[in-house]
Amino acid sequence: MELTQSSGRERGPIMKGFHWFDWVYAALLVGGVAYVFRLYGGTMDGYEKGILLLAASSFAGLGWYWKPVRVLLLAVAGLSLLSIDLYHGQLARAEQVFWLKYLISSQSAIMWMSTLFVMATVAYWIGLLARSEFVGKVASAMTWSAATMGLVGMMVRWYESYLISPDVGHIPLSSLYEVFIVFCIITALLYLFYEQRYQSRQLGAFVLLVVSAAVGFLLWYTFDRHAYGIQPLVPALQSYWMKLHVPANFIGYGAFSMAAMVGVAYLLASKGVLASRLPPLEVLDDVMYKAIAIGFAFFTIATILGAMWAAEAWGGYWSWDPKETWALIVWLNYAAWLHIRLVKGLRGPMLAWWAVVGLFVTAFAFLGVNMFLSGLHSYGSL
Amino acid sequence: MPALSFKKSLYELLSSMRFAISLLTVLAIASVIGTVLKQNEPYPNYAIEFGQFWFSMFHTLGLFDVYHSAWFLVILCFLVVSTSLCVLRNTPLMLREMRSFREHAQENSLRHFAHQAEFESPLPGPDLVERLTGYLSGHGFRSRVAQAGENGGDVLVAAKAGSYHRLGYVLTHTAIVVICIGGLIDGNVPLKIEQLLGYKKIETRDIPENQVPPVSRLSPANPSFRGNVTIPEGSSADVVFLNVGPGYLVQDLPFTIMLKRFHIEHYPSGQPKSFASDVVVTDRATGRSFDHTITVNHPLVYKGVAIYQASFEDGGSKLTLDAWNLFAPTAKFDEIHARVNQSLQFSSGRNPSTMEFTDFRALNIENAGNEGNGEPQKSRGLLSDAMGVFGTNAADVGNENLRDLGPSFQYKIRDAQGQATEYNNYMLPIEVAHRWYLMSGMRGSPAEPFRYVRFPLDANSRIDGFMRLRGLLLDKTAYPEIARRFADTALVGGAVSQTLRQKFMDSTVKVLQMFGSLGYEGVARFITQSVPQAEQKKVADTYLRILEGAAFQAYQLSREQAGEPPLKEDGNGEQFVRDSLNAVNDLFFYGAPVYLQLTRYDQIRASGLQLTRSPGKYVVYGGSALLVLGVFAMFYIRERRIWCLVKPQTGRVLFAMSANRKTLDFEREFDIHKQRIAELMKG
Ligand code: HEM
Repeated sequence: MELTQSSGRERGPIMKGFHWFDWVYAALLVGGVAYVFRLYGGTMDGYEKGILLLAASSFAGLGWYWKPVRVLLLAVAGLSLLSIDLYHGQLARAEQVFWLKYLISSQSAIMWMSTLFVMATVAYWIGLLARSEFVGKVASAMTWSAATMGLVGMMVRWYESYLISPDVGHIPLSSLYEVFIVFCIITALLYLFYEQRYQSRQLGAFVLLVVSAAVGFLLWYTFDRHAYGIQPLVPALQSYWMKLHVPANFIGYGAFSMAAMVGVAYLLASKGVLASRLPPLEVLDDVMYKAIAIGFAFFTIATILGAMWAAEAWGGYWSWDPKETWALIVWLNYAAWLHIRLVKGLRGPMLAWWAVVGLFVTAFAFLGVNMFLSGLHSYGSL
Repeated sequence: MPALSFKKSLYELLSSMRFAISLLTVLAIASVIGTVLKQNEPYPNYAIEFGQFWFSMFHTLGLFDVYHSAWFLVILCFLVVSTSLCVLRNTPLMLREMRSFREHAQENSLRHFAHQAEFESPLPGPDLVERLTGYLSGHGFRSRVAQAGENGGDVLVAAKAGSYHRLGYVLTHTAIVVICIGGLIDGNVPLKIEQLLGYKKIETRDIPENQVPPVSRLSPANPSFRGNVTIPEGSSADVVFLNVGPGYLVQDLPFTIMLKRFHIEHYPSGQPKSFASDVVVTDRATGRSFDHTITVNHPLVYKGVAIYQASFEDGGSKLTLDAWNLFAPTAKFDEIHARVNQSLQFSSGRNPSTMEFTDFRALNIENAGNEGNGEPQKSRGLLSDAMGVFGTNAADVGNENLRDLGPSFQYKIRDAQGQATEYNNYMLPIEVAHRWYLMSGMRGSPAEPFRYVRFPLDANSRIDGFMRLRGLLLDKTAYPEIARRFADTALVGGAVSQTLRQKFMDSTVKVLQMFGSLGYEGVARFITQSVPQAEQKKVADTYLRILEGAAFQAYQLSREQAGEPPLKEDGNGEQFVRDSLNAVNDLFFYGAPVYLQLTRYDQIRASGLQLTRSPGKYVVYGGSALLVLGVFAMFYIRERRIWCLVKPQTGRVLFAMSANRKTLDFEREFDIHKQRIAELMKG
């Protein structure tokens, strides 16, 4: 483990460390923004211009902080633009044009994402059991590709929703089907981030299991329930808050799931199972803490955003609706976890168990509430 | 002094972590109860569900409104107190820590650090100190240089980074307190106290608003409330109702809201796109008024009261109905005028009944592909499904089969004993298997699905043909004539003896009587009682053919009586007659003496608005901002300290490092600093 970034970095002119690819990335971002302004500047309002600039600067910041994400973003942008171009503005072409039909129409891309995630899970396990560096690298590559295809699928789905009719168009964050895709992508990306940080691929075998489970659900939802259709937004969901609330929530859910799976690895390793193949316990403990910390931070933001949205849509920032209440329970649960670890300084299997149980609490807040309890939240029943 | 020590240990307990964690856990568990048990339902519902014993038990525990029950609020208050004490107790310490460089650290204690190292350096003291301070400030540390030890000469460079981490603690925990206080402000504590002291009383009677006594009314100055009101189009309201426990309170508003119109827009696929209320708000103090449109997610805020679009319902639509008397053997109807949410008295025979009109809908979007039963289509086989999913654009899935069934209305018919049967009638004919029918659904209880009677339409697309046929089929005096005509058409050609003909006519009349008394059930009863088992099926077939043939003649007769030309035997008429027989049969189980056919309507909607005043909102938002800042500060600002004790006499440098949080990052950082400083010291 060597320290590449973070605190050990020598102070010096920021530009010095720039690689040619950084410049290309920056140029493409600036060029993209300029192009959008030239094309649509006249019809955008202040908010939209602000959001565009904010998005571009966040992409710049993200790319600077975590280098591989630049390739991801460029690939997603390229493929999405290609797909949009192939559509010629006609939905029917999804079934006529070869590349759309088999690769980058939204449904095809999402199916590719699903396949790649499952393959990556298998590869991670082979890599772990056979101690093969090479297979591990293949698994990482598959996970990156899966995330790429998933994001392309979402981008194209967004575009398709506008092709149905401009008033139907909306960002795909509004149905259970869509948020499951978001969950898969976010969990995978969080994992990839830590994979690189800790230079260790072994945890992929565990984290990707949750992602594969989510993929399993997606496929069941697709084939058995035909729930992949784009539905127009009911009035309650037509809100800016949704676009912030939902992703923030899923960073939380994704991070908590990841922590739970690392917890499973921790428990196995502490019993001696796979111990020689997994990273040392301190590393597992550290990853688990980091995941819960980031999850807690974003879950806090998500809950606050949710309250602000509720204030606008339902007339009260807190109505003790089951979904809200369960969000609070999840939050309290992890607050207690953090206190125990940070204030009491407790470590070891007990916290790992707690993280695993936390996943069940989280899963209930995410799915169980919709299935078993009634309330104001409208992703609906399964 | 025991009293002091008690106070002290109470203070210790309340501000302890263990107590806080226990509170968090209890709060979480209490919250679960409220999500499992449906909150704030009308009390009778609970009594029915749990029985009297558990009902009163749960009621005493406040489980029907957990989040406002006294014990829940007490836990919350404890949390506020505990967290405040915790903040009060820790903050001075934290601030001192933040400011302090700990430049008085002793060599001895530094040597006990887990993370320390010692270097030798050929460089002179001042040089070392300069290099060290330069290095540390280059790495984001602020440092202070102090003389150390008694023997003079030794210099301690004390440095720290990330001190704001401590502020994170103060911010998050203050935020919890602030948010809870905001919540308690909106939780309407003053009102609860007034209620407790008896200044305000919950109204439980179902009486008109203007008769509610002042003791159950709240003045417009009330700082915080959340209530609902339903306003029909063209009406106005100047109060809202606050649901409290088993009853309500009336909140007077500082303005009047008049609903001009409520409108719903739909997407092409039929799903609702927007709900909007056009209102006129009139200030009661100044008399000035203005127009506004309130939509979901876009409330109107006036005089500190936010007005939200919450729901909608029928506001008393006017319906014009043809009431077909199903007991009269004639095809006769009366035109009646009804309004939704009102009821009409009528009597059939000696039994007085009421018709309660409950709802009207102008649109009924249903998924025809699913036969309207809401069950999603089952898989057709994985492979074909997979092919179907690949390359589709997900755009039109599920929307292909949507159709609008047109207006419908619902009503209940309640007999003298209070038993009600519910009906749902569509205004427009609905196509089923290429034929058109008027549909009327009935059910005995809200838990059942509607069962539909289908009235077939005649060649003029009207229900009259069916009603005339029904009249003849129920008119015993018409049976001989029907039988005669049937014999004429059925027995043509072959020479049939008079006796045989008479026998044929007799059995026709008999079958008509059986059917006319109880439908198919009447025929079936006769067969099971009087025909040997072996013959039953054959006889049933024969009777059915007789019934259909006779009914066809009855239909011709009814047309003749109405002055219409006879029908050709082209299959259409036969199908119509078969449908009519089914419908007449179903009417024996219809449970109502009339069929109400909707002919005209004037839709009047009512908009459900929620009005709130929540001054605590901004307190909560402020607290939330603190919380987010605090959480990020706590997680992502890492507090670290470095000490370098420079001893020029021996040329040695003692390096020690600490962090308030031991993580892997810290281990790594320590290694790096150790290495770099060692190099720095070499000269
Ligand atoms: C709903 C209530 C509470 C929440 C959500 C909460 C949340 C947190 C969080 C997230 C941390 C961060 C852990 C860290 O990074 O250091 C923390 C730390 C801490 N909490 Fe709480 N807390 C709550 C109540 C309390 C109470 C009542 C106490 C007092 C007994 C308390 C005492 C502490 C202490 C001493 C720390 C360690 C601060 C440090 O050393 O950095 N907390 N709390």
